[in-house]
Amino acid sequence: MATNYEDRQRGGGYDSDDDGDRRPMGGRGGGRRMHRRRVCRFCIDKVDLIDFKDVRLLQNYLPERGKILPRRISGTCATHQRMLAEAIKRARNIALLPYTTD
Amino acid sequence: METKRQYEVVFIVDPTADDEVAKLTESFSQIVTDQGGTVTKAETMGKRQLAYEILHHKDGTFVLLEIEGSGREIAELERRMRVNDRVLRYITVRVDEDRRRAQKLKDRRARKAAKRPAQGSHARRGPAMDFVEAAGE
Repeated sequence: MATNYEDRQRGGGYDSDDDGDRRPMGGRGGGRRMHRRRVCRFCIDKVDLIDFKDVRLLQNYLPERGKILPRRISGTCATHQRMLAEAIKRARNIALLPYTTD
Repeated sequence: METKRQYEVVFIVDPTADDEVAKLTESFSQIVTDQGGTVTKAETMGKRQLAYEILHHKDGTFVLLEIEGSGREIAELERRMRVNDRVLRYITVRVDEDRRRAQKLKDRRARKAAKRPAQGSHARRGPAMDFVEAAGE
């Protein structure tokens, strides 16, 4: 019951701020829901600073469409997601990363 | 009295003016020095493809400058870059505050790590950590 509710919430949340033509990526693949413990990669690596020039790193958080990967999917903690978003936006500004790709 | 501010400036030079990169970097550094700032690092990141076209250019040469100063030289530098046709785009980021914060976190971690083993068992305990480790397996 509870899990069902949670699932629907997640799906709805994603669709409403997307174009609506894509299902949530996480956990929809094989089973009903993949219960994978998501942990912040940056916390594990003890990253204090995310450099906007580090294209290789930032690209991991930019799926094909060029949108910033939400932390609900990547599991990044709030602090690091904020730093990450800032870095991606800076990188976009100087054409290291795309604003959109189509 | 106030601490010096640190900036990172990245600018993109027109790829058709590749031979001017060194000259431009030199002249920009000169501007900064004239205004009382210091250039701590000047590095050409090389020619690379742009993620999107800027003024019909598909690639450009990226140059990184690290500047220390009061902030006034940044204003002048940006003005010059804006006027210069060779500079396709630039970005200035103030880094001293973030770096100080990062250093503080690092110091705190180091202090904690030094304190931990002194308490006896060296196993890092705590419900949160246990949970993560158990789930990772």
